Amino acid sequence: MIPLLDVAELSRRFAVGKTAGRLMRLRRRLAGSSDPVSQVHAVDDVSFTIGKGETVGLVGESGCGKSTLVRLVTRLLDPTDGIIRFNTRDLSLVPARRFARDPDRGRIQMVFQDSGESINPRFTAFAAIADPLRRLRRLKGQALKQKVEQAASQCGLPLELLSRYPHQLSGGQRARVGIARAIGVEPELLVLDEPTAALDVSVQVVILQLLQKLKRELGMSYLFVSHDLNVVRLLCDRVLVMYLGKIIEAGSAKAVFERPLHPYTQALVAAVPRLGHKPARLCLTGEPMSPIDPDPNVCRFYPRCTYRDSICATNMPALERRGSDREVACHFVEKFAAAS
Amino acid sequence: MTAAPALLVEDLAVEFRTRSGVVHALENVGFAVSKGETLAIVGESGSGKSVTAYAIMGILDPAARVTSGRALLGGIDLLAVSREDLADVRGREIAMIFQNPRTALNPIRPVGRQIADVLLRHGNVTGAEAPQRAIELLQSVGIPDPARRARAYPFELSGGMCQRVMIAVAIAARPSVLIADEPTTGLDVTTQAVTMDLIGELAAKNGMATLFITHDLALAAQRADRIVVMHAGHVVENAPTREIFARPLHPYTAELIAATPDHAARLEALASIPGALPDLRRKNLPPCRFSERCARKTAACDQALPRIVAGAMHGAACWNPLS
Amino acid sequence: MSALAGTMRHARYVIGENPVTGLAFALFVIIVFVALLGQHVAPIDPLASDTAVALQPPSPHHWFGTDQLGRDIFSRVVVATRLDFGIAVASVALVFVMGGLAGVAAGFFGGWTDRVVSRIADTIMAFPLFVLAMGIVAALGNNVVNIVIATAVVNFPLYARVARAEANVRRETGFVEAARLSGNSEAQILVLQVLPNVLPILVVQMSLTMGYAILNAAGLSFIGLGVRPPTAEWGIMVAEGAGFMVSGEWWIAFFPGAALMIAVFCFNLLGDGLRDIVDPRRRT
Repeated sequence: MIPLLDVAELSRRFAVGKTAGRLMRLRRRLAGSSDPVSQVHAVDDVSFTIGKGETVGLVGESGCGKSTLVRLVTRLLDPTDGIIRFNTRDLSLVPARRFARDPDRGRIQMVFQDSGESINPRFTAFAAIADPLRRLRRLKGQALKQKVEQAASQCGLPLELLSRYPHQLSGGQRARVGIARAIGVEPELLVLDEPTAALDVSVQVVILQLLQKLKRELGMSYLFVSHDLNVVRLLCDRVLVMYLGKIIEAGSAKAVFERPLHPYTQALVAAVPRLGHKPARLCLTGEPMSPIDPDPNVCRFYPRCTYRDSICATNMPALERRGSDREVACHFVEKFAAAS
Repeated sequence: MTAAPALLVEDLAVEFRTRSGVVHALENVGFAVSKGETLAIVGESGSGKSVTAYAIMGILDPAARVTSGRALLGGIDLLAVSREDLADVRGREIAMIFQNPRTALNPIRPVGRQIADVLLRHGNVTGAEAPQRAIELLQSVGIPDPARRARAYPFELSGGMCQRVMIAVAIAARPSVLIADEPTTGLDVTTQAVTMDLIGELAAKNGMATLFITHDLALAAQRADRIVVMHAGHVVENAPTREIFARPLHPYTAELIAATPDHAARLEALASIPGALPDLRRKNLPPCRFSERCARKTAACDQALPRIVAGAMHGAACWNPLS
Repeated sequence: MSALAGTMRHARYVIGENPVTGLAFALFVIIVFVALLGQHVAPIDPLASDTAVALQPPSPHHWFGTDQLGRDIFSRVVVATRLDFGIAVASVALVFVMGGLAGVAAGFFGGWTDRVVSRIADTIMAFPLFVLAMGIVAALGNNVVNIVIATAVVNFPLYARVARAEANVRRETGFVEAARLSGNSEAQILVLQVLPNVLPILVVQMSLTMGYAILNAAGLSFIGLGVRPPTAEWGIMVAEGAGFMVSGEWWIAFFPGAALMIAVFCFNLLGDGLRDIVDPRRRT
């Protein structure tokens, strides 16, 4: 089965500092330094797949590279290295600034977190939902109106709200507009970047159930980014755990949350407040490693890990398969697997 | 039964004058926090939980008016004292920490000085002792290398460290009550856990009463001794934590619990809460503001709002509570 | 409720809250009216000179008196409204197009566009602005078109800066990314998504600049650059009348000066009022 999305060895580095252009590099070369400018390794050698109809969750702390990875997959950003294969076609070959005109543009869409002002304040809800339909499907007039209303109804958005502006809509209504906009062009892969983070719990339920329903109706795959592990657990088949640019654990959502193997995942799961459970003693101490020019031989989690050993500072653990459905990047997985 | 509470709020009512009408933001809000206790005020957006905190601290928007109520802190009614007296009490007896630490700190003043300012204002230390005390406080909130960090400006520190500084500023004069307004919203779970641990430790060490405001029911369940649930400006339930989850009395509380994604729930099992918040500008608001959305509504619900009996261990403002 | 209806309601509120703003709007309407119909409202031909009645103080026949050539000052002030207002509108429109678009492009694209536009703005700002305006008019020739060009050039940095800042803020917002995902080219995003958000702030700026433009034109005419006699223009009239102040014929300079003051005052207040309407932070 060919996966819908196949990401291999994807990396994205950012130069640090403002004058990171040719002038800076020239200066450094003249000064005798052979290194290029300092780089932030936002996404580092990431590989994963998303199958047709699958919901994959992506979790991690702020600064772990989730946002960058999302922008790479949706082709808003160009990778420094690696392949992004969508339906066997390598999308990384098309530069981001030209991808807007690409025929595959409509196949990958994104739903944003509401608080990011993801709807133009000067656009009505109708105009916002219509925009991708106008550009990508070249719809006009009556056909456009029909499609917009269809998308709005599918998302449970009352048609009379279509003439309103974002500031006249509630958080839940704005969320529906964002979803309607994304699904109007019937994408195959929908990336959701914290879509319910700014919503009240009761509204969140409705939106999550809506997303579940739409997935079935339209046969989409989801990449669901969230910092709320409970939500990821509810919605996702599989989950990827990221830390400082690398995937450190991957597996079925249920299994990863019930039996986390990587020390970071364990700390993450332990920290999630659960009704009826007292807070667990967290073992995360120390400052996280800097993402700037990290030593390629040291495990990224080394400074904060309670289990660390000398090998962790000399050998970067690779993401390896453990068992039928788990991948973990840690030297001591067997030890933890036995202990938990 | 017990000693007088550290903070006692009674019959608090607040309204906002806006050009589209008067918003009856809070009505008949009351609760008590004892020394060493952690009370969580839980509610969705529009429930009035932040307005309550701001009213107690006296930092409401100028368009707001406290139309009734008392907030008794060690015998002083915070809502009735003059501004000068209130300025003396704030910081020394009661302090507040906010959601966004960067906006709560002065960007052009080193953090050590900001802590020292509080110390000097409330007369705890001399000018010579203040800087050292500030460094000690930075240490107590877990900031590494505090002597150096005391000279740093907020922009030089990470978000997590700014938050610890904000906590240090708040507890510097050892207040007896700490109000935390959504202190961990927007933080990663791991940072959230560490922050809540820190607040808990400091509260235990200093014998503070903690009033913490959140929309996250699970977090409240973990950290609070007692929970107050608010809806549309009313307190609807007030109970010890274990009680409220084992035996919720108010229908809204039960629905809120049913809507919270939890370790064990399946998506299909989650239930949303029907209807929406009533418009608080209405003149014809029903006595129970949840009644229009409530499945258990009875004729009595249109008559008057039941009041939670003061001092009751587990009270709900409902004529037809779940049993 | 549509956006326009909401804006109108907000506008009525702002005007109602601050009567001075309401006054400014009313005054603006009057100025526009006079500018459009001035020629027909003026009772006496503004160019008609009649030395027999020269230097007469205000009277029922000549409401603002007459100047040294016997011309009716009231008619001249009224007719000059069209010219001055026209200069103001033209300069502001020109700088809005030049500076606004350049600034938005600079803020949105960054890179070389930003560098070029910013350096141009910096170069202009290096000169004392009125001196630069003088230089431009002196170089290009004394006429109204060149006054408009000079005023526009001198205001370029302000518009470019404001537009650049606003576009920069909007550059990486969610809706711009959403627009990319929707298949919009960068040019389409600039014009259809970013510009509508920048426009209101620029419109406020335009109103404030109109006052400056009139003063600029008047100033240039006052020193002999720009509008030539016998054209009726407030600045020239003040210049011509200045010499007579000492000898007691105050009305020759006073009335055009007062007209200038009222117009500038009106535009400034208008700008403040517009800002209140447009600035979302003021909306409760």
